[in-house]
Amino acid sequence: MTDTLYDRAPGDSSPSAAERESATSSHVGIYTLGLALALVLTATSFWVANTSLLWGPGIPLGLTVLAIAQMGIHLVFFLHITTGPDNTNNVLALAFGVLIVTIVVTGSLWIMTNLNDNMMPAELMNLHMQH
Amino acid sequence: MNVAVTLEEVGQGALPTASEAGPAPKRIVVTYGFWIFLLSDIVMFAALFAAYAVLERATAGGPAGVQLFHQGSVAIETACLLVSSYTCGLMSLAADSRRRDGTYFFAVVTFALGAVFVALELHEFAGMIAVGAGPQRSAFLSAFFTLVGCHGLHVTAGLVWLAVMMAQVAVKGFRPAVNRRLLCFALFWHALDIVWVWLFTVVYLMGVHP
Repeated sequence: MTDTLYDRAPGDSSPSAAERESATSSHVGIYTLGLALALVLTATSFWVANTSLLWGPGIPLGLTVLAIAQMGIHLVFFLHITTGPDNTNNVLALAFGVLIVTIVVTGSLWIMTNLNDNMMPAELMNLHMQH
Repeated sequence: MNVAVTLEEVGQGALPTASEAGPAPKRIVVTYGFWIFLLSDIVMFAALFAAYAVLERATAGGPAGVQLFHQGSVAIETACLLVSSYTCGLMSLAADSRRRDGTYFFAVVTFALGAVFVALELHEFAGMIAVGAGPQRSAFLSAFFTLVGCHGLHVTAGLVWLAVMMAQVAVKGFRPAVNRRLLCFALFWHALDIVWVWLFTVVYLMGVHP
């Protein structure tokens, strides 16, 4: 019961050496599982980028989805973001960070694409952006 | 084992929720503060990513990503960083159980993999500058060198930090303060790996895609 209330991440000072040992062996399994999943996703990303089997225009979207999945793997298995109460603040800060990152990246792309499309012909615009 | 479980239940079972548990342990507070720093760092990377994405086509008649990027070395760099993230996790586990030799061993492996990563990246940069594709060639290359170079600088800083931490473990031993610093280093190293996931996806994989 206490386990569900207080998730223990690596770095927690455990009460006893015996418990420390058992926690360590289970944590090695968590890291190994995370590494295996991340390797599979990375290999898939490289395969998707180089294959001719898939529909070309969908590849960037697929790569984005794979990157988001791998980010999730890293957050859960390596950075130990959990739903435990001692992690609430971290999760809220993460959510805020993701919000800012999304606004910065999609906002920039959106605005600049609009400028490119509406202001002048593409060749002329590229000429301007080079200087 | 049973004794330990009982002790823990007495210690924590009396506390119904985290908000009623009193002040959080220093470990939680420190990692939260460091987590805020990491997120602000990631926001900075987001700005660099946005600049790169906007300027990706502005090659000024110079070389584009398709001609410059070699996926083989990128794959090796990715593998180095991913495995070093894993060994960094094993290092924090060894430090948790106060095993000095294990901590040193995994720290050395992590350091070596990180150093290989930096060396490969510097080699790639040197090759690009040698063929006249330096940061002053085009807006695309300026954005590329800023983004990838910034990540490389972070990894280099991480290597220095790791060396300092090993010196601290050697001199001071596993004090609580040293353990918290090791924990922060592990967070830093894992966060760099997350940034690299986006880097190789956006720059190297999408960049060579027509």
